[in-house]
Amino acid sequence: MEVHRTALPGIGLLFEFVTERGRRVGVVSHRTGRREVVVYSREDPDTAAVTLTLNAEEADGMAELLASARIVERLEALHRQVEGLITEQIPISAGSPYDGRSLGDTHARTRTGASIVAVVSGERVHASPRPDFVFQAGDVVVVVGTAEGTSAVARLLAEG
Amino acid sequence: MHGTLLLIELGAVILGLGLLGAISIRVGISPIPLYLIAGLAFGHGGLLPLATSEEFIAAGAELGVILLLFTLGLEYTASELVGTLRTSVAGGLIDLVLNATPGVAVALIMGWGPVAALALGGVTYVTSSGIAAKVVGDLGWLANRETPVVLSLLVMEDLAMALYLPILTAVLAGTGLLGGSIALAIAAGTVAVVLFVALRFGRAVEVFLDSPSQEVLLLKVLGMTILVAGVAQLLQVSAAVGAFLVGIALSGPLAHTARELLTPLRDLFAAVFFVFFGLQTDPSDLPPVTALALGLALLGMATKYATGWLAARRAGIGRAGRARAGVVLIPRGEFNIVIAGLAVAAGAHAGLGPLAAAYVLVLAALAPLVARVVEPLLRRTAASPPAAPTVP
Repeated sequence: MEVHRTALPGIGLLFEFVTERGRRVGVVSHRTGRREVVVYSREDPDTAAVTLTLNAEEADGMAELLASARIVERLEALHRQVEGLITEQIPISAGSPYDGRSLGDTHARTRTGASIVAVVSGERVHASPRPDFVFQAGDVVVVVGTAEGTSAVARLLAEG
Repeated sequence: MHGTLLLIELGAVILGLGLLGAISIRVGISPIPLYLIAGLAFGHGGLLPLATSEEFIAAGAELGVILLLFTLGLEYTASELVGTLRTSVAGGLIDLVLNATPGVAVALIMGWGPVAALALGGVTYVTSSGIAAKVVGDLGWLANRETPVVLSLLVMEDLAMALYLPILTAVLAGTGLLGGSIALAIAAGTVAVVLFVALRFGRAVEVFLDSPSQEVLLLKVLGMTILVAGVAQLLQVSAAVGAFLVGIALSGPLAHTARELLTPLRDLFAAVFFVFFGLQTDPSDLPPVTALALGLALLGMATKYATGWLAARRAGIGRAGRARAGVVLIPRGEFNIVIAGLAVAAGAHAGLGPLAAAYVLVLAALAPLVARVVEPLLRRTAASPPAAPTVP
């Protein structure tokens, strides 16, 4: 973006640029902190068609909005990448083949692609359980992965 | 008893000015013509001649001129002035030649002599940068592409004033051509020195004047300004120019604070100054010069319009922008009265004061209204063939 700068003696500075779609936009920066955002007329590029006057505080607010909208966009993109993931809680039933066996024995990650991120046994929460963690009937396993991945873990824990 | 009457008169005058100011805002014109009319009413031969407060008003008027020029100087930084000087000399010369000529010519044709011609040339030349800036702001033309052109013309005029006022002062003092040349040399030297000091040692001046207390700052800045103005007067460089130069020497945050502190004082004493000028003019002197003033005002509108049009065309600006640049330059106001005031005080031709008063009355009142109608007018005339746009 190429910004053209002109001095306005006694007032401040005028910054102008042309948008990708060909509209000329200007910002008058008063020494007092006042700002004017200007969109020039399509017919006569010398003439301001729309003028928006902002005091110092409003100008800061507007700058923040323009900048933070980009941050929100980026966050949304990030979220979209994670969107395929789900979290599921799977109980270890009394007849499970893994009742009394270790987490490492399940080979859940290699077999299903989903990860066991926590185990809740009774009141206690074991975050990031190690491979030697031993399941007991009544534990609840927290799994993160794709929908297929997590249901595969559920089948695995129920049927082996 | 005298003191009481003074207070009553002064209070009534200032209150009256406040009411007139309110009217001017409602109508959307500059208050300057209304202040002048008030002065006419209060002066000798007016409706309500003042008895006791004229002396105070005379002193206040002198302060008004100093503060007007000082706050004008504050608007600009030295680097802006030097930058403008580099780029806009040609436009400034066109402006000077086109607009001073009618005044000079009329004074000579009327047989008022070369001194009155010099003064009247100044009266027809200068645009009121105060009214012009207000027109630009009010009509939302600030970001338009012709505006930098207009502003640099105004800056050039203000610089020209810094050279013109000392010459005028010297010539009015009757020192003749030689005295005028010496005054010009002193003035040019002073302007150069002040610009140099402001560019190089601006910080030092600011450190000296700066203070966290607004009260101290106000007193220091005001004192410094009046002192320098007085010294400039002593050197025959004109007090107004001294004040203008102090204003230029200050920049940055200090200039901002000084402007905020001194603007109320400026408003008060400038209003007093316009009243004082009106006071000195006998209303019965006006009718004989009315026709002349109207003719000169029409000519003044035409020459300023042409100046703006030409300057904007040189900058590659389209038809609408050229017309706007032309009308913005039309208003005359404070400095035309300052010039006429100097001439009247020095006893120049008796017709000069009333003529200048009528001239400024017409142009200060009319110019903002003309500026308001120029765009609708242009749109109507340009409805069929659109003004050739130069879309980048």
